[in-house]
Amino acid sequence: MSTTAADPAQERAPAGEVAPSAVLAPMVRIRPPRAWEALDVSALWRFRDLLLALAVRDIKLRYRQTLLGVLWVVLQPLFGAGIFAFIFGRVARLDSGGVPYVLFAYTGLLAWNLFNGIVLKAAGSLVANAPLVAKVFFPRLLLPISGVLSTLLDFAVALAVGTLLFYFSGQTPGWSLLAAPFWLAMLLLLATGLGLICAALAVSYRDVIHILPVALQFLLYGSPVGYTISVIPPGLPRTLYELNPLAPLIEGFRTALLGHGFSGFHSGIYTCAISVAVFLAGLIVFRRRERQFADVI
Amino acid sequence: MSSDLAISVRNVGKTFRVASAARRATTLGELVAQKLRSPFSRRPREDEFRALEDVSFEVHRGEVLGIIGRNGAGKSTLLKILSQITPPTQGEIDLHGRVGSLLEVGTGFHPELTGRENIYLNGAILGMNRREIDREFDSIVAFAETEQFLELPVKRYSSGMHVRLAFSVAAHLRPDILIVDEVLAVGDLAFQRKCLGKMGEVAHRSGATVLFVSHQMPAVRNLCSRAILLERGVVLEDGPVDKVLARYLALNTSALVARTELPPGDPVSPARATAVLTRSNSGEPGAHFRLGESWRVTVEFELARAQTHVIAALGLRSVDGVPLITWWSAPQDLAPGRYAAEFLCDIPFSAGALDFAVGISSQERVLYYVEGVGCVTIDEIAAGEQPFRASGAGLLASTQRPLIRALA
Repeated sequence: MSTTAADPAQERAPAGEVAPSAVLAPMVRIRPPRAWEALDVSALWRFRDLLLALAVRDIKLRYRQTLLGVLWVVLQPLFGAGIFAFIFGRVARLDSGGVPYVLFAYTGLLAWNLFNGIVLKAAGSLVANAPLVAKVFFPRLLLPISGVLSTLLDFAVALAVGTLLFYFSGQTPGWSLLAAPFWLAMLLLLATGLGLICAALAVSYRDVIHILPVALQFLLYGSPVGYTISVIPPGLPRTLYELNPLAPLIEGFRTALLGHGFSGFHSGIYTCAISVAVFLAGLIVFRRRERQFADVI
Repeated sequence: MSSDLAISVRNVGKTFRVASAARRATTLGELVAQKLRSPFSRRPREDEFRALEDVSFEVHRGEVLGIIGRNGAGKSTLLKILSQITPPTQGEIDLHGRVGSLLEVGTGFHPELTGRENIYLNGAILGMNRREIDREFDSIVAFAETEQFLELPVKRYSSGMHVRLAFSVAAHLRPDILIVDEVLAVGDLAFQRKCLGKMGEVAHRSGATVLFVSHQMPAVRNLCSRAILLERGVVLEDGPVDKVLARYLALNTSALVARTELPPGDPVSPARATAVLTRSNSGEPGAHFRLGESWRVTVEFELARAQTHVIAALGLRSVDGVPLITWWSAPQDLAPGRYAAEFLCDIPFSAGALDFAVGISSQERVLYYVEGVGCVTIDEIAAGEQPFRASGAGLLASTQRPLIRALA
């Protein structure tokens, strides 16, 4: 949207003889959009109350009319880890590098759930809030970002549970823990970028909403969530496997937490580059399509 | 002159690209198929639809401007552009001051959240910050009359309560420019009146500039001093509200014709009115009369069977559907055939437009009834001629201009 909260210079320009009282009032100029426009990050700040309200709504709604309420935030990843531990650890007897398999699967799922949650929630955010998009003005970016925020809260709770798991299993993270925020940041960029692209596309093509869960399911099994990368034969298969930018991210995050070796420097560089690129692409795609959301949705 | 300008709209236009239905891709599959078929054409062939064309107007601070027009005239598009929801494709708009827009009551209300939670969420959506909502909270609840249900999810509210709460939040928005679209079409009559009052209060007391779209002509007339008539994306008329409303109604009744054919009505009824004719007092067919001029209305009807105690009735209604007067013919016993009842209108209605309600009855039983038909415009042409005067409140024109005498 081509609105510019005008700076004083811009404000005086059109009329030339604007009286002082008018200069005091904030002015907004609405113009047809240009092809490329910078993202108005300050708008996100101006609308922080709404951003927060939307994120809070998201969280409140998810567990309304449930018996266990917020407990689900804790139970979901625990169940998930349990299933993974059973299938990969007990049935398939895969190597977890000496770590209890539940802990191993849990840390992988922590990263995966964050990624999965952000992509799904961001992607569906515009369509799910179609009436808002069509009838109310606010920076559209607020909707996917509020999805990111509410997923981050889930993540924080799950992380706290993870800490307890660590405590009970007698594992202590080492210095490698310091790398965790870095992997997390990359994961956020990748997930948010992907979510933004999907959200923008879903406004015109609802197919995205249908494809996405399937694609994510596929990605889940193609990522080292329930097993380590070392399971994949080295050489070509491993190289191909690591084309999935999520693989080094999840592996990196887990090794940071569990502190046992790191998969590779090159794949780390690669995945960072991809994450940043996807995030920027997400912003650009979103920005370019944003102006027609209200007309199309 | 520009010192108290709140809104300045300059040559604004909006063109939608509408791919002809057959060519538009609405799913990815279609899009892919399309690209495969003609990989180099960037876009499918498109038709253009001009929703708004070269719209310009200015609104001064504290002014209450009504925007009227038929469905599809471009009102909502204009409001959406002014609210920054959708961008224009041409032109420029300057908005001086904080804009609050209310294009729909209760947008963002969530059925699972409680009344209290929805107040905060909706307030944030409308652009209020937390402190403002805190400050207005009690007043919002009081206005909506939903105190005892605050902690209940909104899905358990009656639809009336729902609307009241939603409007109440919006009414406590304190913008410099308030943009309102057709929100009064909801709620019961008493609450509608309360909302109107509140909007008037917002406009007059706080000095906010208000843009108001409605199909309810009494509301527009009550609130606004000035109005803009949009028709097919173009500003057709911009001026005092009465003048614009009259033009709107004339537009609505398609044409000012002296003879209006009436709808057939109930096929088994023995009576039906066929047409309404208007003519000047001297018998000239027409639907355009001067202020203070007398004119005649003829109701033509036919009877399929003989009826006793037959009465033809003609009702006059104002621009906004307010009934003004009803006339009845003297009761008569009639044989089957075609008849006409002629009414003389010698009442000096004020400038504006009128339409009719037509009824035929026998033995006080209604055999035929239709309303909102025909149209007569009373013009200001006679404005200068005594004793009439064009402007002034009321549905009747001034009928006298007494001389002022000096008191000793």
